[in-house]
Amino acid sequence: MRAHALIALAAVATFAACGGKPEPEQPAPVSTTANADSAARAARARQDSIDAENRRRADEEARRRAAADSAAGRASQVMTDLKAMINFDYNEATIRGTDQSNLDRKAAIMQANPGLRIRVSGHADERGSDEYNLALGNRRAAAAQRYLQNKGIDASRIDVISYGEERPLDNAGTEEAYARNRRDEFDVTSGGSNLVAPQ
Amino acid sequence: MRRVLLTLAALAAGAGTLTAQDAGKASDAIRIGITYRPGTRPGLVVVPGPGLDSARAILARDLDFSDRFQMIEVGPDATAAARTATGPLNYGLYRTFGADHAVELVAAGAGVTVRLHDLAASRVRNQQTYALPSPGDAGFRMAVHRIADEVTRWASGADGYAASRILYLAGGRIYRIDMDGQDNAGVTAAGEPVFSPAWSPDGSRIAYTRLDRWSISVMDLASRAVTTVPGTENGQNITPAFSPDGRSVAYAHMDASGTNIYAADVAQRCCVQRLTVGRFADNLSPTYSPDGRRVAFVSTRAGPPQIYVMGVDGTDQELLASFDFGSTGPSNAPEWSPDGASVVFHREVSRSPQIFILDVASQRVKQLTSVGRNEDPTWAPDGRHVAFVSDRTGRRQIWIVDTETGRVRQLNTAGAARLPSWSRRLRGAGSNP
Repeated sequence: MRAHALIALAAVATFAACGGKPEPEQPAPVSTTANADSAARAARARQDSIDAENRRRADEEARRRAAADSAAGRASQVMTDLKAMINFDYNEATIRGTDQSNLDRKAAIMQANPGLRIRVSGHADERGSDEYNLALGNRRAAAAQRYLQNKGIDASRIDVISYGEERPLDNAGTEEAYARNRRDEFDVTSGGSNLVAPQ
Repeated sequence: MRRVLLTLAALAAGAGTLTAQDAGKASDAIRIGITYRPGTRPGLVVVPGPGLDSARAILARDLDFSDRFQMIEVGPDATAAARTATGPLNYGLYRTFGADHAVELVAAGAGVTVRLHDLAASRVRNQQTYALPSPGDAGFRMAVHRIADEVTRWASGADGYAASRILYLAGGRIYRIDMDGQDNAGVTAAGEPVFSPAWSPDGSRIAYTRLDRWSISVMDLASRAVTTVPGTENGQNITPAFSPDGRSVAYAHMDASGTNIYAADVAQRCCVQRLTVGRFADNLSPTYSPDGRRVAFVSTRAGPPQIYVMGVDGTDQELLASFDFGSTGPSNAPEWSPDGASVVFHREVSRSPQIFILDVASQRVKQLTSVGRNEDPTWAPDGRHVAFVSDRTGRRQIWIVDTETGRVRQLNTAGAARLPSWSRRLRGAGSNP
């Protein structure tokens, strides 16, 4: 992944150098006694060279766009992995086995981006006690923080906050909605630009 | 409520006869002191009269809400017959309605003279003149509520709860409302999200959580001045409670190691003291015993949240409401009763919270509600009524239950309401902003 990113950067650098070049050279001046044919030839050659240069530039732009798109795609995937929520069982704050790979990806991203800091917010569904749900959300956020800490991430890079049941994702009041609402959310607090994908 | 509708003709024909019969009862001659009949409440009538109609209406409703009297409503036709030709109350007539007490309001200058008539003894038992603002003035309703509490004490010997207010949360804002569902008013500013309102014991201040800063604020209701409780400037702080002397506020402080209870001196703005030490456990929702010596609270130290108790300095922590591990539902939101004898809380039964009362001496619990979700109970100042949040009508609203008779009524809040906190009896101008 990192090798691809470097190639993309090289392509961008090359294009930047081209962009600094002057306009294509004009054809050599012709004598005032030159015939019409030679004048037409010279004009055509000039136009051809301009067209060629324009084509070259368009191709380069397309290549740069493709490279940038792919870099953006990778950066966006990093951000998606970083922000992917995890969910909890009713009244529980234990990380589910199925959420461990999710958190492992976050740990790897944080390893690859030492300047990155995040905030974990814990949430509860609206069935438990209003005030207790704040404490429950806190434990859910702290559980994710501890998991990442155990993967070698400094706890100081991870803020925790609980919103209890105050910010539901889904107000449908169904079991599925409750399950969606029992969650940790992950947000970047700093160092989130130019994220490097983990190896 | 029994409604007595008598025509003037019927009154004229019947009153004399019935009075004669009543006077012949032997029991009437020996009845002294507080009227009490096992299994029944004494009948009480608010005597109709000229003027003071709104005061009479508020008074009658307060006395009804006390659940200590069988209220007897007298139809308008009876008004004319309420007095004998010579002026005093027609005791015989009211006895025929089944009343034991009659309450009479008479305008007295800028105030009102209140008389409690003992109908069996045919005499005025209590009489007092009170200042009374004009109807529509800010203090009018609360002045009548205070009169209602006086009458309740005269007639039953017990303290009423009419002069009290309930704080609650609606749309992220704290409101206060009289116990009869009137005088609803916002307390905190709109657009400033807050949580968990709690009264100071003298009703002059409230404490609450600020959801934008997660600190605990104390607001002086008269001046609207707001201060931050020491120790709550950092982290997330929730569930404040005043100590009975009003000097301290206990609260729960959350961080990555769990949730723990602290107390700070808000009078001297110092002396933050940690009361619980639970690594990765939650300790929250403190509530002081009225003698100020103990604190009941919620803890997850054994797994699910349950009700514990400790000394006010954090010593002697022990389980308060026993539970069966694995079968008893999570228990939360404890509040110690004003008389110290009980702790009310909610406990999940089939994943639906219900109101329970724990008798502190015997440690027995009794379940008060069973239909719908019923949660976050708070004691009335009479130690007999409990307000709580119920969704029995489809959305969360505040209901009030008489814990002795089980009679319930809905508090007339505007919208969906949460987290009620009931004041103690409100006295003085400072408690009536």
